[in-house]
Amino acid sequence: MAVQVSNQAQELLERIWLETEEKGREEVELDRLGISPEDGALEELIRLGLVNVSEGVLKLTPQGYEEAKSAIRRHRLAERLLVDVLETGYQLLEERACKFEHLLFEGIDEKICTLLGHPKVCPHGNPIPPGRCCLEAKEGERVVAPLSDLKPGDKGKIAYLQASSSKELQKLMAMGVLPGAPIELKRRFPSYVFKVGYTEYAVDKRVADQIYVRITD
Amino acid sequence: MIPLGFGRRAFRRVEAREADFKIALVGNPNVGKSVIFNALTGRYVTVSNYPGTTVEVSKGKAKFGDKIAEVIDTPGMYSLLPITDEERVARSILTHERPDLILHIVDAKNISRMLPLTLQLMELEVPMILVLNIMDEAERAGIRIDVEKLEAILGIPVVPTIATSGKGIRELRERIEERMGEEEWEPSKVKLNPELERAVSEVEESLEGEYDVPKRFVALMLLQDDPELGAEVRSREPNPRRVEKKVSAARASLARSPVYAITMQRQRAADSILDQVISFEEARRRRFSELLGDLMVNPWTGIPFLLLVLYLGLYKIVGGLGAGVLVDFIEGTLFERYVNPYVTRFFEAIIPWKILQDLFVHDYGIITLGVRYAVAIILPIVGVFFLVFSVMEDSGYFPRLAMLVDRVFKRIGLNGRAVIPLVLGLGCDTMATIVTRILETRREKIIATFLLALAIPCSAQYGVITALFAGKVISFAIWAGVILFVFLLAGFLASRLVPGEEPTFFMEIPPLRLPKISNVLSKTAARMEWYFVEVFPMFILASVLIWIGRVTRVFDLLVKLISYPVRAIGLPPETAQVFLYGFFRRDYGAAGLYDVQREGLLSDAQLVVAAVTLTLFVPCIAQFLVMGRERGWRTTLAVVGVVISISFIVGFTVNLALKAVGFG
Ligand SMILES: Nc1nc2c(ncn2[C@@H]2O[C@H](COP(=O)(O)OP(=O)(O)O)[C@@H](O)[C@H]2O)c(=O)[nH]1
Repeated sequence: MAVQVSNQAQELLERIWLETEEKGREEVELDRLGISPEDGALEELIRLGLVNVSEGVLKLTPQGYEEAKSAIRRHRLAERLLVDVLETGYQLLEERACKFEHLLFEGIDEKICTLLGHPKVCPHGNPIPPGRCCLEAKEGERVVAPLSDLKPGDKGKIAYLQASSSKELQKLMAMGVLPGAPIELKRRFPSYVFKVGYTEYAVDKRVADQIYVRITD
Repeated sequence: MIPLGFGRRAFRRVEAREADFKIALVGNPNVGKSVIFNALTGRYVTVSNYPGTTVEVSKGKAKFGDKIAEVIDTPGMYSLLPITDEERVARSILTHERPDLILHIVDAKNISRMLPLTLQLMELEVPMILVLNIMDEAERAGIRIDVEKLEAILGIPVVPTIATSGKGIRELRERIEERMGEEEWEPSKVKLNPELERAVSEVEESLEGEYDVPKRFVALMLLQDDPELGAEVRSREPNPRRVEKKVSAARASLARSPVYAITMQRQRAADSILDQVISFEEARRRRFSELLGDLMVNPWTGIPFLLLVLYLGLYKIVGGLGAGVLVDFIEGTLFERYVNPYVTRFFEAIIPWKILQDLFVHDYGIITLGVRYAVAIILPIVGVFFLVFSVMEDSGYFPRLAMLVDRVFKRIGLNGRAVIPLVLGLGCDTMATIVTRILETRREKIIATFLLALAIPCSAQYGVITALFAGKVISFAIWAGVILFVFLLAGFLASRLVPGEEPTFFMEIPPLRLPKISNVLSKTAARMEWYFVEVFPMFILASVLIWIGRVTRVFDLLVKLISYPVRAIGLPPETAQVFLYGFFRRDYGAAGLYDVQREGLLSDAQLVVAAVTLTLFVPCIAQFLVMGRERGWRTTLAVVGVVISISFIVGFTVNLALKAVGFG
């Protein structure tokens, strides 16, 4: 962290990210965010040089863009951690994730990200911006990993599915590959063969990349 | 049974009497539906395309007490929310034909994966029986299911069976008979979580139209964004916009996608039911079949195993037994000695004109060529091939083969699943071209069709080719090597050139099972029947065309045309005729070559060049027609053009190469 940003200001950054980057816009009106020009968090962001405001329209500076991206990333990683490892229900998820995300600083986010197998989407299916660790594909101790990274004989529970389309998700689920089900990788070559319950399946790498497993021994 | 897209037990007469009662068999693929269907229906079966689709559905009649029931074997389905055409047809049968009774057939050891479908089916509010099939494997795995308790919880009859040995079928019949009398039906329903229930009931209450299925079912499907029911709403609702708004609002109120949330809830419901009825014992020791299964999918042992299967299955059994022993007897003895001389004399006696006699008999007549080829050469070879194929299918070898070759097949633009049509092509390319239907994308279908036309020799063809190379192992190896190389190279190039999405591979691998002889025989018989009905007329047509071509002298012209490229690849001009006739019967080309060789016109090198070029050369007329029907004529003509060019280019190259190394 180059600068110290308060929790409120971080949350505002996340909302700005959702309204700009994820809606494909450059800027956003203060009205849309529902805040006044005198808002404390906003003033903090302006003071730190993370946003510019002119005539009621707000825009992220390059530094602010990076800051917002990493705030969103921390929030969604926190959600993943809560759901996949700590098995938090969806009702409590939002509230807890907001608290949790503020702990993921100074490399902890990278550790968690590696632990979770560099997830690409949050439990709601929104993208998690990749961090440096994802681009370098850091290996390390893991709790959750895509099936394609497991070794033959590894066992676990399916943590979540990250299908590229809803049809593919539907197909996986209909065939019995569901989150929560026990899974065992039997071979990686020439195709991935895994067992869920009493059924064996053969898939290619593309499908194996979509099945995230919480590894147990 | 692999849905090959053509009849299983086709073309049998149905008993005339109308059915009093309709029963639908439903379940995942590979749970024994076909075996149970056969056990229930016996002999009265029809297979037809489901209206507007290429999916085939078997229907049969069965007697229960004094009532006649129509039994429908639906295509395999994983979920009532369809993804594939098979699933769409299966659901359509359930929702539109409204059976009086549903038999949900599951693989007992996989009940935890299949019970959610039972719960879904119960939402249709049609009387139902749950059949726990393949109990033998469940018991071996140490799974005990408390059937009575399961019945009590679900509120429907549950019948354990071992379809292959007939165990439990009598009880099943009795339970069906009981249900046929009943009108009352009190299904237990799965309650979803409060959030989902609220969403479902909001949509349900907004529905005002009349539906064939319960409104709760409609609401569930709408929430999951099912396009078919969406269309139904538009045609049946007085105010569809209002319903659509309700659906969007309900969807927006949910944290997760409705498909995901509903599937997970159902699984949870199924698991909590099963917690009460399943107990586990120590599984029996690893079985030999599991060991064998492992050997088949490990490349180090699997590839030698595959070669062994090809050698024994294709070379020894199809080539040796089918093309050798059987053809020698039927063709060589029966036809040559008895049928041909007799009919030739008969036609010569009643028809005074030589030209007209030629239409029926002599070298190219309908009977001496067409019928003789169909009955005496092709049928035994193809029949033996189908036998081998059905054994491989019934044992569960194909999914293992598919996973073994998937990586290589990806390079040629296909996925592992395509081994099924390609292996079938080694029997009959025409039939295999139809079976490319089981591939998911248009791109894969085109590539598979192309490769079948180019580089997969049919059983009749390699039957003759193995005879041609008798005692010439090196020549045979060169031929096989070149064809394999062209197959891979052409596939590789096609995968670069044919646009479309990359295929994915995802297949369930059923346990290896000892094939059941009656199953194998009935599948073989059905396929031979299909083959005969579909392809026999083409032989007759081919004979007639050859006759016309000869009478009008068009053939002389064509032969002259073909003789240029034939000479260019270093072959004697006499072989030109072989190429032309090869179009009418691929194998005939090879057989013609056999005659040319016997006359001593070909050196070893020329023999290899001729066999290679002929194998690659255009498909037979039957395959050509089927290609046109399945892929469209533009694609077909393009494919044929490419195939002809490749065959001569390869022939030319092989000729140069063999000369360069001084072979033959
Ligand atoms: N061990 C065992 N195998 C069975 C049983 N029922 C069917 N099979 C086998 O399971 C495989 C699939 O059966 P099939 O009827 O073709 O399945 P379908 O796809 O559901 O029509 C075949 O090899 C059958 O011989 C059974 O009760 N026990």
